[in-house]
Amino acid sequence: MNVKPEASASERTPPALELRDIRKSFGATPVIRGVSLDVHEGERHAIIGPNGGGKSTLFNLISGRFAPTSGSIVLCGEKIAALAPHEINRRGLARSFQITNIFPRLSVYENIRCSVLWSLGYKYCFWRGVDKLRDARERTDRILEQIRLTTRRDAPAGVLTYAEQRALEIGITIAGDARVILLDEPTAGMSRAEADNAVALIRVVSQGRTLLMVEHDMGVVFNLADRISVLVYGEIIATDIPSRIRRNEAVQSAYLGSAADA
Amino acid sequence: MSGSREVAAPATVFAGVAMNWANRHKQWLAASLVLLALPHVPGLNSDFGRSLLSQMGIAAVFALSFNVLLGQTGLLSFGHAVYFGLGGYAAIHFMRVINHGLPLPIPLVPLAGAAAGLLFGILFGSVTTRRAGTIFALITLGIGELVYAATFMLPGYFGGEEGITASRTRGPALFGLDFGSQLQVYYVIAVWALIAAMLMRAFIRTPVGRMCNAVRDNPERAAFVGYNTQRVRLFAFSVAGLFAGLAGGLHAINYEIVAADSVSALRSGTVLLMTYIGGVGHFVGPVIGALILTWLQVSLSGYTSAWLLYLGLFFLVTILFAPSGLAGLIMMHGSIVHTKAFWRVLRAYAIALVPAVFMGIGAVILIEMSYRVSTQPELGTRMRIFWITVDAASPWPWITAIALLAGGFFVFRKTWPIVAVAWNRATDEAGAVNMTAQRR
Ligand SMILES: Nc1ncnc2c1ncn2[C@@H]1O[C@H](COP(=O)(O)OP(=O)(O)O)[C@@H](O)[C@H]1O
Ligand SMILES: [Mg+2]
Repeated sequence: MNVKPEASASERTPPALELRDIRKSFGATPVIRGVSLDVHEGERHAIIGPNGGGKSTLFNLISGRFAPTSGSIVLCGEKIAALAPHEINRRGLARSFQITNIFPRLSVYENIRCSVLWSLGYKYCFWRGVDKLRDARERTDRILEQIRLTTRRDAPAGVLTYAEQRALEIGITIAGDARVILLDEPTAGMSRAEADNAVALIRVVSQGRTLLMVEHDMGVVFNLADRISVLVYGEIIATDIPSRIRRNEAVQSAYLGSAADA
Repeated sequence: MSGSREVAAPATVFAGVAMNWANRHKQWLAASLVLLALPHVPGLNSDFGRSLLSQMGIAAVFALSFNVLLGQTGLLSFGHAVYFGLGGYAAIHFMRVINHGLPLPIPLVPLAGAAAGLLFGILFGSVTTRRAGTIFALITLGIGELVYAATFMLPGYFGGEEGITASRTRGPALFGLDFGSQLQVYYVIAVWALIAAMLMRAFIRTPVGRMCNAVRDNPERAAFVGYNTQRVRLFAFSVAGLFAGLAGGLHAINYEIVAADSVSALRSGTVLLMTYIGGVGHFVGPVIGALILTWLQVSLSGYTSAWLLYLGLFFLVTILFAPSGLAGLIMMHGSIVHTKAFWRVLRAYAIALVPAVFMGIGAVILIEMSYRVSTQPELGTRMRIFWITVDAASPWPWITAIALLAGGFFVFRKTWPIVAVAWNRATDEAGAVNMTAQRR
């Protein structure tokens, strides 16, 4: 466990995200049972594992949706465990949701623009017209192009197709220019072609950032990830580079074998 | 270089800028002209008409401020009159100070109301906006009751039952205006109403104004893009308080008295009705609602003592059949008004209107007779309704009214398919036009 093939890299810079013995119980039920993980600066890290294993819960803990029962979370050298979601976001971490979580009555354009405002420093500004903010407009237009929703910019987000909403979900997440990005099953439910588009997009936008993603499609995972962690039953049973994860026997018996059967 | 050129260039630039400004603010220029002309329109150019217009202006600002909460931020408040009333009290005290010699012009009085509205908006808002939804609504209700009770517990400031009075005519003269006439008061209200509407419109289009929409739609996601949702709600609440307070200040100038009714639950309920009937989804919705409800209040109460019942009925019908309000209804028709099938829709409406009128007459006779018999028996059973005299002691008016209501309803139901068919035609046609427009 905790093999570090890029030990030299991690010595130079502190990890972008550092989890130490994270635990989370809902009532008496432990869901995360002691997770420790270092995600390096600039790394694309995938988390795989069976359904119900606690992947989304882990994301919820990192992003502040829930507070961990115990353990520490450090984002770029700063403790963030138990901070509110907006405070964690302001420190440079953005996430997407497995179940689409957008602003349904706002237009596609507004959805993205609302996501760029804080990071551009507009905060609670009430003395400037939002339409006059050139940098916000330009960044919004660029994101819309990246997620291929430019032609849908004026549609209310609630009427988009499922695949379009998934693309918007990714767009909202990356719009704030966060250094660390968490994507929870970004391609789930997409067609092959849509998923390919999404992967290409993720590859582009994660350039120069740290990416932590949950993904079920093994093709996507082995193709995109620098390292993979396997989360089973609330514990990480292996963290390694893709080729070694593929050969890892514990992983095969716990997860890959059963996934191949399915 | 010739001198005339040097002069001409800035002049043309200035003219260009002015034209550009006028073009971008067409609707506000139009609104100003309408507001300017209204008190001289026949029918409204009396003291009564101008007083009605003044009340409408006050109600419109109040309803717009309420919609900053409801429509823009998704916060349902049952105590918005608190900020109207506290603004009104601050303004009336300010007016008293002017009466006693403070050399400030009377038209600035609403600013005192706005300041108080903002102050109490921040104060109470920091408690209420911690939560949204039902809890928020209940806290606003509680604060409303609290403040209403306070008006009787602190008679020094609130004047108890009688309230506080001041005079708008005892201040320093301003361009020869003394605010004795209703016309001058109307113009003070109209100017402030216009400014308030423009500012609230502008607020929607600021970063924090947009985030109010985001927090309304999905507070959780708003937090994950960096916004403290409580803080965003507090901004909305404070802005709503400010403009409610301004409306209260206008109320103080208009009536020269502010009493406990200005913070009452009844007033909180009325602004909710106005906003909802007008339509929460459109900026002008609350204005439409404020105009109609104020007019109904003033005119209906002159015709019938059962007017509150009619208001309630009107509200019910609107909520049931036009959940997006009158503005929503208007917008709905805006998209088909250019189609050829639009006249079919109008014809269908005309057909449906006939049984609806019979239904309405039946309902009115029933309501009037019941109201008379149950609440005003001392006036006897004979009464005039519309142009007929009926005797509520005889069974025949009751039977006729029920027959009108039931028969009207039966026929009305039969006319609905006609309306539906016409609607479908018109919307199909509008859709086809849109498609070709897009293809081009
Ligand atoms: N808010 C919650 N309350 C109670 N149980 C939860 C909650 N969220 C997740 N769980 C439970 O935690 C377990 C892990 O769920 P999840 O993190 O969604 O797994 P994964 O994303 O790996 O499929 C599941 O058994 C789920 O029922
Ligand atoms: Mg999950």
